[in-house]
Amino acid sequence: MIPKLEIRALSYSYHTMAGETAALSNISFTVDTGEFIAVVGPSGCGKSTLLSLISGLLRPDTGSIRIDGTPLSESACRIGYMLQKDHLFEWRSVLQNVSLGLEIQKKLDAPHREYVLSLLNAYGLFPFAQARPSQLSGGMRQRAALIRTLALEPDLLLLDEPFSALDYQTRLSVCDDISSIIREQKKTAILITHDLSEAVSVADRIIILSRRPGRIRKILPVSFPGGAVSPLKRRNDAAFTAYFNEVWNVLQDPDSALSARGGAL
Amino acid sequence: MKQQTIAQQEYVRKQKRRQKTVAALRIFLFAALLAAWEGSARLGLIDDFIFSSPSRVAACLVSMTGDGSIFLHTGVTLAETLASFFLVTAAGILGAVLLWASPDLSEILEPYLVMLNSLPKSALAPILIVWLGNNVKTIIVAAVSVAVFGSILTLRNGFACADPDQIRLIASLGGTRRHVLTKVLLPGSVPLIISNMKVNIGLCLVGVIIGEFLAADKGLGYLIIYGSQVFKMDMVVMSIVILCLVCAVLYQGIALLERRIR
Repeated sequence: MIPKLEIRALSYSYHTMAGETAALSNISFTVDTGEFIAVVGPSGCGKSTLLSLISGLLRPDTGSIRIDGTPLSESACRIGYMLQKDHLFEWRSVLQNVSLGLEIQKKLDAPHREYVLSLLNAYGLFPFAQARPSQLSGGMRQRAALIRTLALEPDLLLLDEPFSALDYQTRLSVCDDISSIIREQKKTAILITHDLSEAVSVADRIIILSRRPGRIRKILPVSFPGGAVSPLKRRNDAAFTAYFNEVWNVLQDPDSALSARGGAL
Repeated sequence: MKQQTIAQQEYVRKQKRRQKTVAALRIFLFAALLAAWEGSARLGLIDDFIFSSPSRVAACLVSMTGDGSIFLHTGVTLAETLASFFLVTAAGILGAVLLWASPDLSEILEPYLVMLNSLPKSALAPILIVWLGNNVKTIIVAAVSVAVFGSILTLRNGFACADPDQIRLIASLGGTRRHVLTKVLLPGSVPLIISNMKVNIGLCLVGVIIGEFLAADKGLGYLIIYGSQVFKMDMVVMSIVILCLVCAVLYQGIALLERRIR
């Protein structure tokens, strides 16, 4: 089977007058359709750079990105991007905000409008369609931001720490909320986070990156009894702590994972 | 309505009393100044031929209202100010958009704009008269020159401060730089544009008065310079008072626009 996303030997460096900073080095992994991947790593390890590369906002120095087997630049695949802040515009109503992508792509016709309204309805924002973003709670704002992304019917969702601006309690419930929406819509998703417990609670596999320049330390498959149970249920499962500790240990110990892989090669 | 606590009622009463005191003292200050001015003129403490007096100003206003000339002069100044204000606002937005669209151009022009912005524009007025003639064109160009460079720089800096994530968002939704401009920068800069308009209206008035000092036979600036030359100080003071009112009305007009947009 052709994977949804295939990344091979990807490297990227930033250039300034002060010098060159290697952000990512030799990253390779694949993502299957419908899979939920989490990427964790120390801050500044190039997590966000990775998403910018996959979304085509940046071009890789070396390596390739293929979606459904075709190179990214030729792919007709739609990629949705969700950022840390919701960036809902205060001068637009909630409905106008979630339709922004359609408006930009000139697809704001009746069927698409209908689809957006059905999403708002499904995720409890329909009564707020004409409201201003400031009237929404933090969790509702993130849901609106997700609907704005889903409105373009993306094949691949990229989530760049979408919950980190929220307070802890909201964060748990919004994470629960958003990840169940993504599962329900059967989207392929890559979530970047620095919250290890968040990664363990949502992902099918966790990609652990090293300090800058980011290299893959380990790809850890995560499975809980009963398949893709909700993040909150996962957090209460006995296996949760074991996974958490494993991710923690890989991140803590600079040598073991690399040397282990080195030994295997 | 919900029952208010005693403490809340007390608080509201205090605030209202304070507002009333402020309003009363404002009126009192105005009346006291007028009375002191008029009184010292009547008592001969100041020479009302040089310092004028409220009653003389009022008499001048009545006579100029009678022959309608005051409406002509005020109207001319107002029209020139509004014309230059709209030109500045349009040029400010257009210039800022252009500089945003081309970072290279922006960098090349930067020192020139900064220099033109800090140059005292009154120094240009004599040249403008020679180049454009003794007419309304000179006045409007003078007024525009006072405000336009600052306006461009302020708006361009505002655009440059846009959150890069908002630009990333537009890109991720498949938008181009044009969409960044029309969907994010311009609508997001409305508060900035309006606060810039408040500055511009004042600066345009400054420019118009400078222009009228030098190149006019109509307008409040002309009345002021003419009045001082022929020692009609009543006319000068009256023109300044009207100018104050014009400023206040124009500023309030923009404040009103601001409230309507919010």
